Amino acid sequence: MKRDVLTISFIFSSAIILFMLIFPILNLIFSTSVTDLISAATDKEVILSIYLSLLTSTIATIIAFLLGTPLAYLLARKDFYGKNFIDSILDLPILIPHTVAGIALLALFGPRGIIGRPLSELGIYFIDTIYGIIVAMLFVSAPLYIKAAKEAFESINPNLFKVARSLGASPVRAFFTIDFSLAIRGIFTGATLCWARALSEFGAVIILAYYPYTAPVIIFKRFTTWGLSASKPISALLLIITLGIFLFLRFLRRESVD
Amino acid sequence: MIEIINLRKRFGNFQLKDINLSVNEGEYFILLGPSGAGKTVFIECIAGLHKIDSGKIIIDGTDVTNLPPEKRNIGLVFQEYALFPHMSVRENIEYGLKAKKIPKERRDQLVRETAKILRIENILDRSPKNLSGGEKQRVALARALVIEPKVLLLDEPLSALDAPMRRELREELRRIHKEICVTTIHVTHDQIEAYSLSDRVGVIFNGKLFEVGPPEDVFRRPKNEDVAKFLGFENIFKGSVKEYRNGLSEIDINGVIIEVAGHYKGEVTVAVRPEDITIYSSRIESSARNKFLGKIIDYIDLGALVKLKIDIGIPISALITKKSFLDLNLQRERQVHIAFKASSVHII
Repeated sequence: MKRDVLTISFIFSSAIILFMLIFPILNLIFSTSVTDLISAATDKEVILSIYLSLLTSTIATIIAFLLGTPLAYLLARKDFYGKNFIDSILDLPILIPHTVAGIALLALFGPRGIIGRPLSELGIYFIDTIYGIIVAMLFVSAPLYIKAAKEAFESINPNLFKVARSLGASPVRAFFTIDFSLAIRGIFTGATLCWARALSEFGAVIILAYYPYTAPVIIFKRFTTWGLSASKPISALLLIITLGIFLFLRFLRRESVD
Repeated sequence: MIEIINLRKRFGNFQLKDINLSVNEGEYFILLGPSGAGKTVFIECIAGLHKIDSGKIIIDGTDVTNLPPEKRNIGLVFQEYALFPHMSVRENIEYGLKAKKIPKERRDQLVRETAKILRIENILDRSPKNLSGGEKQRVALARALVIEPKVLLLDEPLSALDAPMRRELREELRRIHKEICVTTIHVTHDQIEAYSLSDRVGVIFNGKLFEVGPPEDVFRRPKNEDVAKFLGFENIFKGSVKEYRNGLSEIDINGVIIEVAGHYKGEVTVAVRPEDITIYSSRIESSARNKFLGKIIDYIDLGALVKLKIDIGIPISALITKKSFLDLNLQRERQVHIAFKASSVHII
């Protein structure tokens, strides 16, 4: 069947954008030698930074899940004053430059900040600590989780919850057995997005906690110190690990849905 | 038995206004009203899903006004069934029993018994996604009935079904109600459901309950003009009573005199159902008190029926069978004779 001009032009532009998205990733992986990869994988500082990135992004995701799920549910199910305002606020961390987010967090969690000062008296510091990394990651990634979870809750017929209550289920039981169970797929997707966003965060993290190094920070450090050849194997290694985890999570989600 | 006393509930711009209703033990009560009348809000208030602003809800002598939904023991069925899609039919039916911590053995027994009444024993292990509309509705009913509710609330339970399935389920609802005899409040906009299923009917409009009574009374003798229009009284006219004699009042409507059974005075509103009007092609002797010569202005073919608009000095709607329409060879501009009994005229 002869294709029309519109379809041909759309296929052509799609091919260009896909090439721009996929080629840098494939190029990074395939242009890095196995020796360089092994070298990066045995570099203690690199391994520690990747471990730290995985750990802090996972903690940030867990916090986003625990605190963000109730907010997502309230936004999806309840009507209240200021709901639209809160909804708009959730876009801010996604929209503002991440260095700006870092400065905003520094002003708040720094030693003279409203939160940073009282907590420092309790021995909790955010500058150049794991707490600072988690706060920065949480700030930029939690909105992605909350929005995904909200959409998941919104897609569920609210009458299911009402029926569950009428059948004798308490609000907590009805929430977990009906709404949460049905939203789990969207929640899982949101958590995966949140985790990936947290893992890749650089701008806010570097301002609040340059040290201990997360993987994006050490890539930046090696690049500015020793150039592309030193930073490329670490980048490829981080890419392979995160892609592997991401594909595994997708597989898990599909299995659980099936 | 369920008693609603002065129930008020504001919901955005909408308000349920001082609703008083008493539904007897084992009664099948239908609340009839157009979309947006407040039917769903009303039954959700009874179910405890909305906190009411004032008033009382009493079920079997217990004031449940401030009880949460899970403590009211009410079965609820929604129009779109609201089956839990991630559970099998059996798990759906079992849900309420599990929530009430009924032991497994008793649960299994109750599920079996209810499934038998609803005739769904063969689909217990299926997913709701793979059920027909009728099957879904039976499962939703089974899930509501298995907890042995004091009151069953049905929110437009047949609206999502096609016409043949709706007829079948209507019969089923009747049979099940006879068998279980649970106090039922069923809300609908469908007058056929109200007529064929209910022991009593209530008509709700703009959040206000207007009339409650046996369907025959409510449908034949509405007390409010809006209710009359909703119930199919298309011929509604304002007029003034001219004379009363021999048990009949003569009412003048723009020069057209209509006779009505009973003694009335002053300004009145007259209502006649279109199906109570008989049409003749030529003048015939009829015992009907109201006989007029008129001209067909327009007609609408409704399939088995035809609705005619006839000018007799005032525009009158009449509903006749398609067969009569064809036999009488009716058409626009044709002159016809119409007749209706004085007892068919209702004064609102």
